[in-house]
Amino acid sequence: MEESKIISNKRVVIIGGSAGSLNAILQILPDLPVFKSFALVIVLHRRGTDDLTLEELITLKAQTEVKLIEDKVQLMHGFIYVAPSNYHLLFEKDDFFALDTSEKVNYSRPSIDVSFESAAEVYGSNLIGILLSGSNTDGTEGLKAIQNAGGIVVIQDPKSAEMPYMPSNAILNTTPDYILSPEEILKFIISIDK
Amino acid sequence: MIEDIELETLINDIYEYYGFDFGSYSRASLKRRVNRLYHLDGFRNFYEFLSKVRNDSDYYKRLIDEITVNVTEMFRDPTFYRIVRTEILPLLATKPFIRLWHAGCSTGEEVYSMAIMLKEAGLLHKSLIYATDINSKVLETAKKGIFPLRMMKEYSENYRDSGGQEDFSSYYIANYGIAKFNDELAQKMVFSQHNLVSDNSFNEFDFILCRNVLIYFDNDLQKRVINLFDASLAVLGFLALGTKETIKYSISTTKYKQLEKEKIWRKVK
Ligand SMILES: C[S@@+](CC[C@H](N)C(=O)[O-])C[C@H]1O[C@@H](n2cnc3c(N)ncnc32)[C@H](O)[C@@H]1O
Repeated sequence: MEESKIISNKRVVIIGGSAGSLNAILQILPDLPVFKSFALVIVLHRRGTDDLTLEELITLKAQTEVKLIEDKVQLMHGFIYVAPSNYHLLFEKDDFFALDTSEKVNYSRPSIDVSFESAAEVYGSNLIGILLSGSNTDGTEGLKAIQNAGGIVVIQDPKSAEMPYMPSNAILNTTPDYILSPEEILKFIISIDK
Repeated sequence: MIEDIELETLINDIYEYYGFDFGSYSRASLKRRVNRLYHLDGFRNFYEFLSKVRNDSDYYKRLIDEITVNVTEMFRDPTFYRIVRTEILPLLATKPFIRLWHAGCSTGEEVYSMAIMLKEAGLLHKSLIYATDINSKVLETAKKGIFPLRMMKEYSENYRDSGGQEDFSSYYIANYGIAKFNDELAQKMVFSQHNLVSDNSFNEFDFILCRNVLIYFDNDLQKRVINLFDASLAVLGFLALGTKETIKYSISTTKYKQLEKEKIWRKVK
């Protein structure tokens, strides 16, 4: 018997980053015009405190509105979402975000792998995963999952990354669709908004 | 990777064989946990796994342990504890007797944090702290008040950030990698099993804390649980949830007044 897979038809761009990625984000977001045809989700390794400084910074720098992620918030096109500190960020089939306090993965919570894998299950070929600078291995497994689900894999060019280890590790272990500098990532994201 | 339909079969079987209903739990989180266990225990086909769960009640216990998320910390989110210390405890202090309920207390780190604050406010002697969870194994740990010594550095920093001024290490005895918290703190604690999915209200409380439990529940179950808390909370009592949780989808917020930006609500009528 064929099982029926209900995959959301929302389009999602998910960006993961660790050490050095905030700089890349700040090269991309300020020049990214307001977009309408996808949701942008940002998962960065951050300090485990309960403050909202990252959300506030991104709100300040981005042209598109940032929506805070809380329990039972639904993903919508045309907004930026930031994974909150000290929770893993998961995705439900009906586009609701789900938060989870389980063990750190790759010493991180939020973990990029966890979010990428969960997003891949729901958004499949409607998903673009972008991995930025960092100095650990988080993100590689997640990109593999995105690739297997038919999504597009973009990795920051390690030459342009403050911390090249994380993107290099991902390039070694996946077959990325694109390897891009932050300026090229910006152009790429602009090109998919239609 | 298990399939969605397999997860649903597992949920149905657990209900049929053991009476526990995971039907209203967040699927994203549940699926990840079940997958993890399935691979950890080296199963290669789903029916092997399913029949193990059905026929081996010890394995079922392991399943419950592993798929419920029990991660917790002392003084997690220090600003939350600071508000409790400075704004809530002084209001509760006027009562002759204070009843608290930690629902989904896991291994008890939050409960001991609360007992420390009550003691420092001079209120512990007239308080009673009920702490409940569905997982009997975590309750056993909580009763002992024994936590890993390697966590104490982080906890004492949290404690200080929450406004604590004592020497945090005076609250426990360190021994062979463990920190055993003073019995005095546990004297006012009552631990018992209570299932938020199916059990009812069992007392009236002045302060109910249920942090990072509702994130695992769907909207309907959240509604049930918030109404259960409402039925268990005295007028002018407080309800505290996790930093990303809210009561707003579950109950009329005219009955409750939120403390500014905190996830703390006071029942006003
Ligand atoms: C992530 S822990 C939260 C611990 C603590 N409150 C904190 O925030 O640090 C979630 C707890 O909820 C418990 N739990 C899950 N389902 C439950 C239910 N139906 N009834 C009671 N407790 C439940 C789990 O066993 C687990 O210990």
